[in-house]
Amino acid sequence: MKDETHIRGLAHTDTIHDSAIKQVQGQADYTDDLNEPSGLLHAYLGLSKCAHGKIASMDLDAVRASRGVIDVLTVDDIPGENDVSPNGKHDDPIFADGKVLFWGQPVFAVIAETRDLARRAAAKARIEYQELPFALDPIAARDAGMDYVTEPLTLRRGDAGKGLSAAPRRIKGRFAIGGQDHFYLEGQIAMAVPGEDDDITINVSTQHPSEVQHMVAHALQVPSHSVVVNVRRMGGGFGGKETQMNLFACVAAIAAKKWNRTVKIRPDRDDDMSATGKRHDFVVDYEVGFDDSGKILAVQGDWYARCGFSADLSGPVTDRALFHADNAYYYPDVRVSSHPMRTNTVSNTAFRGFGGPQGVIVAERIIEEIAYALGRDPLEIRKLNLYENGQLTPYHQEVTDQILPRIFDELEVSSDYQARRQAVLDWNAKGGVIRKGIALTPVKFGISFTATWFNQAGALIHIYSDGSIALNHGGTEMGQGLNIKVAQIVAEAFQCDISRIKITRTTTEKVPNTSATAASSGTDLNGMAALDAADQIKARLVDFVAERWQVAPEDVTFVPGHIKAANHHIPFDEVIRAAYMARIHLSAAGFYKTPKIHWDRATGKGRPFYYFAYGAAVSEVSVDTLTGEYVIDRTDVIHDVGRSLNPAIDRGQVEGAFVQGAGWLTCEELWWDAKGQLRTHAPSTYKIPLASDKPRIFNVKLADWSENAERSIKRSKAVGEPPFMLGISVFEALNMAVASFNDYREPARLDAPATPERVLMAIEKLRG
Amino acid sequence: MTPQMRFLLNDQEIVLTDVGPADTLLDHLRISQRLTGTKEGCAEGDCGACTVLLGRVTDSGLVYEPINACIRFLASCHGTHIVTIEHLKSPQGGLHPIQAAMVENHGSQCGFCTPGIVMSLYGLWMANPTADVTQIETALQGNLCRCTGYEPIIKAALQAGRAGGQAQDALSVERDAVTARLRAMWGARVELVKEDERAIIPADTDDLAAILEAEPKATIVAGATDVGLWVTKFLRDISPAVFIGHLMKGIEVSDGEIRLGAGVTYSEAAPIFRDHLPQAYDYLLRIGGWQVRNMGTIGANIANGSPIGDSPPLLISLSARIVLRKGNTRREVALEDYFIEYGKQDRAPGEFVEQIVIPTQAGATIAAYKVSKRRDSDITAVAAGFCIRVENGIIGSARIAFGGMAGTPKRAAKAEAALVGQPFAAAAFDAAAKAVQDDFQPLSDWRASAEYRSTVAANLFRRFWLEQSEPGLPVRLNYAVGA
Repeated sequence: MKDETHIRGLAHTDTIHDSAIKQVQGQADYTDDLNEPSGLLHAYLGLSKCAHGKIASMDLDAVRASRGVIDVLTVDDIPGENDVSPNGKHDDPIFADGKVLFWGQPVFAVIAETRDLARRAAAKARIEYQELPFALDPIAARDAGMDYVTEPLTLRRGDAGKGLSAAPRRIKGRFAIGGQDHFYLEGQIAMAVPGEDDDITINVSTQHPSEVQHMVAHALQVPSHSVVVNVRRMGGGFGGKETQMNLFACVAAIAAKKWNRTVKIRPDRDDDMSATGKRHDFVVDYEVGFDDSGKILAVQGDWYARCGFSADLSGPVTDRALFHADNAYYYPDVRVSSHPMRTNTVSNTAFRGFGGPQGVIVAERIIEEIAYALGRDPLEIRKLNLYENGQLTPYHQEVTDQILPRIFDELEVSSDYQARRQAVLDWNAKGGVIRKGIALTPVKFGISFTATWFNQAGALIHIYSDGSIALNHGGTEMGQGLNIKVAQIVAEAFQCDISRIKITRTTTEKVPNTSATAASSGTDLNGMAALDAADQIKARLVDFVAERWQVAPEDVTFVPGHIKAANHHIPFDEVIRAAYMARIHLSAAGFYKTPKIHWDRATGKGRPFYYFAYGAAVSEVSVDTLTGEYVIDRTDVIHDVGRSLNPAIDRGQVEGAFVQGAGWLTCEELWWDAKGQLRTHAPSTYKIPLASDKPRIFNVKLADWSENAERSIKRSKAVGEPPFMLGISVFEALNMAVASFNDYREPARLDAPATPERVLMAIEKLRG
Repeated sequence: MTPQMRFLLNDQEIVLTDVGPADTLLDHLRISQRLTGTKEGCAEGDCGACTVLLGRVTDSGLVYEPINACIRFLASCHGTHIVTIEHLKSPQGGLHPIQAAMVENHGSQCGFCTPGIVMSLYGLWMANPTADVTQIETALQGNLCRCTGYEPIIKAALQAGRAGGQAQDALSVERDAVTARLRAMWGARVELVKEDERAIIPADTDDLAAILEAEPKATIVAGATDVGLWVTKFLRDISPAVFIGHLMKGIEVSDGEIRLGAGVTYSEAAPIFRDHLPQAYDYLLRIGGWQVRNMGTIGANIANGSPIGDSPPLLISLSARIVLRKGNTRREVALEDYFIEYGKQDRAPGEFVEQIVIPTQAGATIAAYKVSKRRDSDITAVAAGFCIRVENGIIGSARIAFGGMAGTPKRAAKAEAALVGQPFAAAAFDAAAKAVQDDFQPLSDWRASAEYRSTVAANLFRRFWLEQSEPGLPVRLNYAVGA
């Protein structure tokens, strides 16, 4: 290899995404782009057209007779378990068994020679239902006496009831918060290739290869060692491919084994959006007690979640909503409870923030309530109630790394907040058609899986005798730049150029028992595991070099492109070649588990989070008060990623998360009709932000002075989820613009998403 | 008549006979040609992951435009040059300036939308080398990105614009040769047969008239921005289909009238609107995304009869007429009379829309409004066209038409009556805002509730008045970047 004195791609540098060059050329392979083995068959799902009902009759003759069809698969064709529930509750069937529980539930699959023929055949099914009563939203479900899909949680500290009674002021409210479709650009897809014995290999777009492996093993009734799951990259995940891929992988695998041919399954976008889970909608009843200065004294709240027909991840999602019900504020007396309601809708699942946003936004609503009641700027109320180090969260974790005061100070100045807020007030006072709003909102987000055992990771590094390095870890790449960040860590460890490192696909054959790439944890966990592997090999190399070049081990160091042994400067390649000849083991498996964390759900106490990530945003909006349409005029962000491993990648995460968060609260609306069919199930009807929807001025800064107080990977912090919640600044700014019609005497209390319709109707109500 | 279609795909000439009317360009690229750089994201022309360039010879020469391969029928690509992401490179063989700028600005994350975005930006880079941010955003109306928040993509587009190099680009260098090759493909009618399905590409408009007389039940396909979805979403059979996107491209402007051939796309009409109906130019740029405007035609938007088509409300307010042709017989009808009721139009079997005649209404006050959940590339909740004449302070005539409010695009008769004869003053528009509530009983659906539609319809009268009465008053949102 060439001279490596000037090496590129070390940690803490702006290094391009490892797939960027391929992506811009259309050369990056996604699952649907892989070369197809001969004899490939295609599976297509038949979905229910009933929100809740017994299957009275199912006539699939026309499906079977359709051109190109091999056969159909139903629940009777599953060799093992008819279940893909990720939590052991056995409530998530692959195919409906006698009963359908939501409109869009998979009932059967058709296997045909082409995808088009399979799809056309699936449409020919005649299924009759004996309809049963159904409930679509969490309050209707509660009123109908429907049960919880999973165990609810209550967090309490102090006595909220007493605190509220004693408070000089009390406000109660209800807040309906909409869900969100992931709208990953690449839809769900799996391709299963059968092998000898029980073997099967699945190429699939999933965030959780190990879980796919176990699900397929259960469905086929074979040991996990027979199932190999490969993921090169996903075209976006956002949580939508954490558990939702399992069903598709199982269907492909069952068909592949049954006909001993490769089977691919890829639903059309409409079916994908109808049959897969989304962000949970919530209805939250909250009550706050506070004093005349705006200090919060007590909070209690009930989070009713639309979980859908099964538990899926609703337990940890609704838990996390409660973990973030305080956002960044200290509640002296607090009681918050989750109500994970079963509904006759698709089973909701992970989505960036994982319930956290639906907690945070309520905390910010509470701040608005106080500020408007007292006629104060909400920012003052925020500052007054921010956690101080040493205070306890509602789950009894001590806050020790608070940095929001500094972020607030810097952002207030850099965004010129005070002058602009005054200008907004002055503008609105003129009473024109266009009204404005401005808001500064923070986020404090807990990092770690609350299921403590998920906080582990593995990695595998091989150095080949030519000095090239193959790096593998248990995380999956969905665009977030995980692979490049882990590679940078390894490049830094070996002091070699990033081009020396080949990042290979994620596969259950190389690293077993991995956790989902989720909870923003990918780099924290896998980066540490890779570093562990690198350190093992480095230690062997140090011993070898010390002996070969007759120096003390302390005198052996890794310098750019070389290993330095006292006065010797030996090129990396040369060392590796010599090490190989000397029979040094040049491969290592690394492992990491997050220290310090523990969580006891029964008592609601512990330290579920290793650390917190912080950030804040100021957004200003203009609202057209004749139509309710609006524009984000300007957003300023300062976000904390600790000591960034790759500032360019991290900034991209912050910008993208912000726009996605703003989309959740503005134009993205899930709409079910009276029969329980989701009618916004494609981009023609479900509107995610376009380029023209992003802030007209968008200033994003990383808090480059921040360093993780904990010993995280190179003192960086996780970035995927936290900045999503900065989009709440847009929502609150919209609320302010509406509240101008009431002279800010009361908050506008918009439900989310604040579509133009919601905004206009709120204005019309105030206009009287 | 010839039984084969021909087109250029990147640097290759493709000749096909076994093509069905419902075969899409995207499936041909991905499945038959294994050109997998072009992605399927939605199969309905809304996400842009399948964007390719389509080059065609027009009166002003060879033009390349981004289109959605997912809803573009393969047969309709006869005589064109399809350019996919795989064809893009610098003259030296490395990354094209657009690709390099996307890499350097970190414009791809998951990368699935990236080829489509690169192709849209490539189309823009050639058409408008000095595009500003607003123009870049307009070019990206048909491309969704879920990862980046678009910021780095826009920076990349600006950087590529500064880099230049259009003259050295392969599509510029080969322009004359490609033009000649494409011209040579045209001449006779093309009839393609696959199993029992047929696709017909008429040689010219007279040929179309003859074909439709012989086959009055044929599906007429222009830009396929709606018919494409009949196939990709509803799995409908469209055989026999007659592809007319290459026909009726004439544009004449004279005597206060614009005469648009029915095959004129939104993009082709845009400069005409900008010059002759500037009040409606922004409105036109909010119809679909760029790819859809490059395919969709105003004639088909009318012929199709949709209650939420965006062109009819404006055109009805302008007293537009359409020329319908059957064989060699032509008749002209007022556009408002063409829409009879939901799903029913005044068009006989074998008859087709040939021309749209749009009076530019000099001296009248004209406005066009579109209200939707998302500003760009969204289907209308409420659309309206206003055309009002004021003489001596009195409203002499008022033609106001709405879309999204009824089963057809329709005039607001009661609101118009409330205006005509009244002084041009706020009171008249307040009265019209009240009256329009009785003109329509709109539906509630996922786009908007009936209540919202009614409220907006009324408020648009207030907006119209405010815009006329106090031109300096800010009554519309400013989307300009850095405003």
